[in-house]
Amino acid sequence: MITAPFEYARPGSVDETQSLLNKYGSDAKVIAGGQSLIPLMRLRLSQPTALIDIQGIPGLNEVRRDNGSVEIGALVRHVDIQRNAMLRESLPILVEMSNDVGDNQVRNLGTIGGVIAHGDAAGDYNAAALMLDAEIITNKRRHQARDFYRDIFTTALEHDEVVTAVRFPVSTGRFAYTKFRRRLYDWAIAGVAVQETGSSWRVGYVNLATTPRRGSAVEAALAGGASAADAAAQSGSDIDPTSDVRATAEYKRHLTQVLTVRTLQKATMAA
Amino acid sequence: MTQSVAMTINGRRREDHVEPRLLLVHYLREVAGLTGTHIACDTSQCGACTVLIDGEAVKSCSVFTVQANGRQVTTIEGLAEDGVLHPVQQAFWNEHGLQCGFCTPGFIMAAAYLLKQNPSPTDEEIERGLEGNLCRCTGYENIRKAVRSASQAMNGTAAEPSAQLVGSAAAPVED
Ligand SMILES: Cc1cc2nc3c(=O)[nH]c(=O)nc-3n(C[C@H](O)[C@H](O)[C@H](O)COP(=O)(O)OP(=O)(O)OC[C@H]3O[C@@H](n4cnc5c(N)ncnc54)[C@H](O)[C@@H]3O)c2cc1C
Ligand code: FES
Ligand code: FES
Repeated sequence: MITAPFEYARPGSVDETQSLLNKYGSDAKVIAGGQSLIPLMRLRLSQPTALIDIQGIPGLNEVRRDNGSVEIGALVRHVDIQRNAMLRESLPILVEMSNDVGDNQVRNLGTIGGVIAHGDAAGDYNAAALMLDAEIITNKRRHQARDFYRDIFTTALEHDEVVTAVRFPVSTGRFAYTKFRRRLYDWAIAGVAVQETGSSWRVGYVNLATTPRRGSAVEAALAGGASAADAAAQSGSDIDPTSDVRATAEYKRHLTQVLTVRTLQKATMAA
Repeated sequence: MTQSVAMTINGRRREDHVEPRLLLVHYLREVAGLTGTHIACDTSQCGACTVLIDGEAVKSCSVFTVQANGRQVTTIEGLAEDGVLHPVQQAFWNEHGLQCGFCTPGFIMAAAYLLKQNPSPTDEEIERGLEGNLCRCTGYENIRKAVRSASQAMNGTAAEPSAQLVGSAAAPVED
């Protein structure tokens, strides 16, 4: 389908982006890779009156490591994450996720900033950001991931706020990610991520509520010495899935328990 | 309001005035007259519309023309050189990697990109590399064979390369 008409601008800086967003008003939107926005616009589920294309802004596509953190620029694409040797060492769980986002064509355009700003509970990186206590850096402030995801497709971003980078703690412990789906390029029906940090485990859930979720109850059980199976049995209080065309809520709850056990086993056996 | 765009398509520069909402696939087909790029699902799912932007495979139904301003676009019409088919095109012919052919331009573009990234993919890597492309006819077996045989032709390791395959092995995908 053809999208509704809109005006288009391609600013050269973040400041200019902000002033264009203010100039065009609350129905203007940033566009990065367009791989979430354009499909929505074509269904006319989204009808921005102006698109501010940030792809030409210099400096937003860098990946840096300093002290204990890695900072990933908003325009870093899935394919850039896949190929980044430093990330493979410092944040391997994100690289593992990037390999399974969409397909080559999607990964050549879609950006991490787009995933974060879109705030989709099915966006794999959002669960990683939440469970690892990432920081979302914008032109206005720094958001803690735990305060960032508010509701379905709703984040703490204001209308004229531009994500410039995402900062993750270097995470080199054992990890695993399981993305359950029917076809290779699909989104997750359910996704479970686990990461060992120091002597404890972090758990993140993809597409199992209106926002990404942290597996706090499962984490607490693991910290208390529970087995993988006993800890996974706590996952029900960490998620709030709804029934959709792919699966019922009940099925997703069962799936989450099974996948949590498997993912923990995968992480501990891989090492 | 229209916007002026300039891009190089298959090595030829073009300038046009387009509405910002014009999708790249419609620009290529309806403005540039290059109908080899197909549009099928219309929902970013099937890859029939795959083209290369600056050498990278993308779904042209999910890109606005204005986003490609200033870039190099390669479509299926731009793969053959001097009348010699690109090795991937030749391999789809030799191995009969198609039935109705509707998905074929997209598969060939995606496969050409895959082989540039990974000149000797395993069967699993071929499947993963083409996961963004759907075919409703072939069951994929001959597509997999075609990509395998193109890879061998391009690496000069084909068991019995035909004269045409040898002749086209030098044709690179445009960067
Ligand atoms: C077939 C298909 C399969 C997919 N599968 C998956 C999957 O399995 N997992 C997954 O995570 N994703 C998947 N995606 C989505 C893909 O990862 C997108 O690239 C991503 O969700 C958005 O990134 P983008 O750069 O394309 O953002 P865009 O589509 O350009 O923008 C998305 C939203 O974010 C806003 N935005 C973008 N960048 C910024 C910024 N820097 N600051 C402020 N706001 C911004 C836009 O205004 C818009 O509202 C899939 C997409 C397709 C088409
Ligand atoms: S027509 Fe573009 S992905 Fe199907
Ligand atoms: S050959 Fe008919 S869809 Fe692939």
